[in-house]
Amino acid sequence: MEELHSVPAWKETLVTRIIQICGYSSILFVILILYFLLSEGLPALWKADLNSLFSTRWYPTESYFGIWPLIFGSLFVTLGAGLVSVPLGIGTAVYISEVAPSWTKEILKPLVELLAGLPSVVLGFLGIQVLVPFMRRFFDLPTGLTALSGAILLGMISIPTMVSVAEDALNTVPKSYREASMALGATRWQTIWGVTLPAAKSGVITAVLLGMGRAMGETMAVMMVTGNAPVMPQGLQTIILPIRTMTATIASEMGEVAAGSVHYSVLFLIGIILFIISLVVNVVAFTLTSRKTTRSERLLS
Amino acid sequence: MIDHQTQTKPPIISAEDLCIFYGNFRAVKNVDMKIVPNQITAIIGPSGCGKSTVLRSFNRMNDFIPNCHVTGKITFHGHNIYDEDVDPVQVRQKIGMVFQKPNPFPKSIFDNVAWGLKINGMKGDLSEPVEQALKQAALWDEVKDHLKKSGLSLSGGQQQRLCIARALAVKPDIILMDEPCSALDPIATLKIEDLMRELSKDYTIIIVTHNMQQAARASDYTAFFTMDSDRAGVMVEYGETSHIFTNPQDKRTEDYITGRYG
Amino acid sequence: MRKRRLIPQQAQKIGFAGLSLLSLITVIPIIAIVIYIFIQGTPAISWEFLTGMPSNGMKSGGLWPAIIGTFYLTVGTAIFSVPLGIAAAIYIAEYAPNNQWTRLIRIAIINLAGIPSVVYGLFGLGLFVVFLNFGTSILAASLTLSIMTLPVIISTTEEALRAVPTSFRVVSISLGATRWQTIKRVVLPQALPGILTGVILGLERAAGETAPILFTGAAFFLPQLPHSMFDATMALPYHLFVISTQVPGMPIQIQYGTVLVLLLFVLGMNIAATLIRSRARARRQW
Repeated sequence: MEELHSVPAWKETLVTRIIQICGYSSILFVILILYFLLSEGLPALWKADLNSLFSTRWYPTESYFGIWPLIFGSLFVTLGAGLVSVPLGIGTAVYISEVAPSWTKEILKPLVELLAGLPSVVLGFLGIQVLVPFMRRFFDLPTGLTALSGAILLGMISIPTMVSVAEDALNTVPKSYREASMALGATRWQTIWGVTLPAAKSGVITAVLLGMGRAMGETMAVMMVTGNAPVMPQGLQTIILPIRTMTATIASEMGEVAAGSVHYSVLFLIGIILFIISLVVNVVAFTLTSRKTTRSERLLS
Repeated sequence: MIDHQTQTKPPIISAEDLCIFYGNFRAVKNVDMKIVPNQITAIIGPSGCGKSTVLRSFNRMNDFIPNCHVTGKITFHGHNIYDEDVDPVQVRQKIGMVFQKPNPFPKSIFDNVAWGLKINGMKGDLSEPVEQALKQAALWDEVKDHLKKSGLSLSGGQQQRLCIARALAVKPDIILMDEPCSALDPIATLKIEDLMRELSKDYTIIIVTHNMQQAARASDYTAFFTMDSDRAGVMVEYGETSHIFTNPQDKRTEDYITGRYG
Repeated sequence: MRKRRLIPQQAQKIGFAGLSLLSLITVIPIIAIVIYIFIQGTPAISWEFLTGMPSNGMKSGGLWPAIIGTFYLTVGTAIFSVPLGIAAAIYIAEYAPNNQWTRLIRIAIINLAGIPSVVYGLFGLGLFVVFLNFGTSILAASLTLSIMTLPVIISTTEEALRAVPTSFRVVSISLGATRWQTIKRVVLPQALPGILTGVILGLERAAGETAPILFTGAAFFLPQLPHSMFDATMALPYHLFVISTQVPGMPIQIQYGTVLVLLLFVLGMNIAATLIRSRARARRQW
């Protein structure tokens, strides 16, 4: 270590203050975001006809601002994504954590991290080039731009989050539980399902929540492959029909909207809804695993 | 190695020329041990001489340590448990284990005991066998009204008895105990020793212990291990507890028992 | 005690096979995607493509403005988010008492981490573009991206700081150093590789994001490169989005070329971060 000379007290206090302010900055940003969302979005509630807002027609050019088709569109596609990502994501996590030999782990983990780093436009692009034509031919549809295409892409995008958080949770289960189980004459498979997974339950649920939260907040990939038709889901048919999510709505329409107009405010209102959904999901996930916070924060992003 | 055993019954499990290796390092060498059924056999000796390693070799728990392998035989019910065609999972069903630090599952007391039964194919209402196991472990009276409570909410001594009940539920022939009382207070320890005495009527117990007094008062047979000059553990003397403690034949045994080292 | 337990053992075999199948299904598309993009995109790559200006309504020519634009945005994001993020992490890891306020900070960070990227775009539009009147600009877009990147940097830095053994700090303090001196001269240098990894991964994500820059700084048809931070800019992800969805007659090769460039950008950062991480692990002094 270099020679230490004594630091004047005021300097130390100054630095400490600055660091402290930086520490609290995240609270400031959340408040700022909330403020702007609310100030631009709440006016929609009185600028737009409330009946129109809660109707099922989204047709802004004719002043129909029904947000239900958008909300349901998001929910529908996100649930579809969950059907893809939960088995794949949790399955992969269990495999990596409990079954795979080391050399396999060394290959799988970087690959999953690679998926995490792929920009969603890239996946959306490949969706257009590869997935959508495939959907069209396979299901014999007029267009492959469907909710299913969106669900598959979103599923892929949320897998890395699920894998990391779930794998972390499984690794935290104490070895002694597995040992006790094996000593009773259980196979590893029985141990995984009977002891390890139940012990990691809250972590796995968090993984699923965070993954689905990620799916719901995704914009570009969905926008590129779901066909952007704001209609209410009608039964199982909807999977192979075009649909639109809240996120895609904001992204595609914000560019053509006059600042301060009703349409503008409604888009911000949708932003508020998205903010609240992510707030709820994340606070629930946080309370489930208060101690594993740090890793979850990093992987959410 | 001095063996005082006067065998009246055929051994329930025996080690023949057992050596245990971690990679190339021989941790335990040339153990020959015949365990008498329905008796409590204690394994004592200073730290690091392989007592737990030997114990864990009896139920093939060492299989989970990478690079650990074994030469020699351990014969149980007429088969060498290290044979190619022996399923270690079945071995562990017949030879149960209780660990040093009580490790009940994060489940209810009932589920802790019932789980061993479930994995062995038992279905339906398990309250009978669970109750029986808890009674055998001298825990039933304390928990019978709280079976749904988490196993982790019990005191240390109770947790350990829960672990014993868990092991008893699958009806093993032998129960291995790896320093089961070292994490417990003296009263809980005595309870477990009494329990062991009761259990030995129906089961065979092999216990590793650091506590010489415990071995002296609670066991029928004692094996004394120590570390040889090549750092491998060896069994020095083995026989009835009363003989070992009053009339040890090997000087190393005598030194250990009289407290000169260890 | 022969191998009689067929049913649980068989169940295990099937179960393990099932799990490895799931893992394969997860991972094979990733490999396929990367290979496919390389195959389709490499023919388009040339020096002119990478350094030239676009022409003919973006349908031919080079990608330079988009590349440099993404670079500017990444640097801009780094300027704002790295110092702030590291300082915030230092506060949480080294100074913050264990009370309600600190818990609130954690909740705020988790929240920021989970906000959808398009909502960040809205926020950036409301605050930076409109309210502060920066207009659609590199400045507005960078600021938006930096707030989005903050949680990643804070979390990874915090983890890196916590990984440094307490004994280091204790020794330093016992030698008479102040807390800040200890952090600056002992803890930070040790935590640097971890921090660097986190910063690179955070910036990697910022570089690939489209939604936050959609209304805050990205533009498609720009006659010339941006002069100042108040100008809008082209950017790779946005460029890719437009050429693949909104330009009729766009040559497919150029599209794939653009994807490849973006992929290389992102992959490059990924590999850099991984290398730093493994080298640091090998040279760790504890």
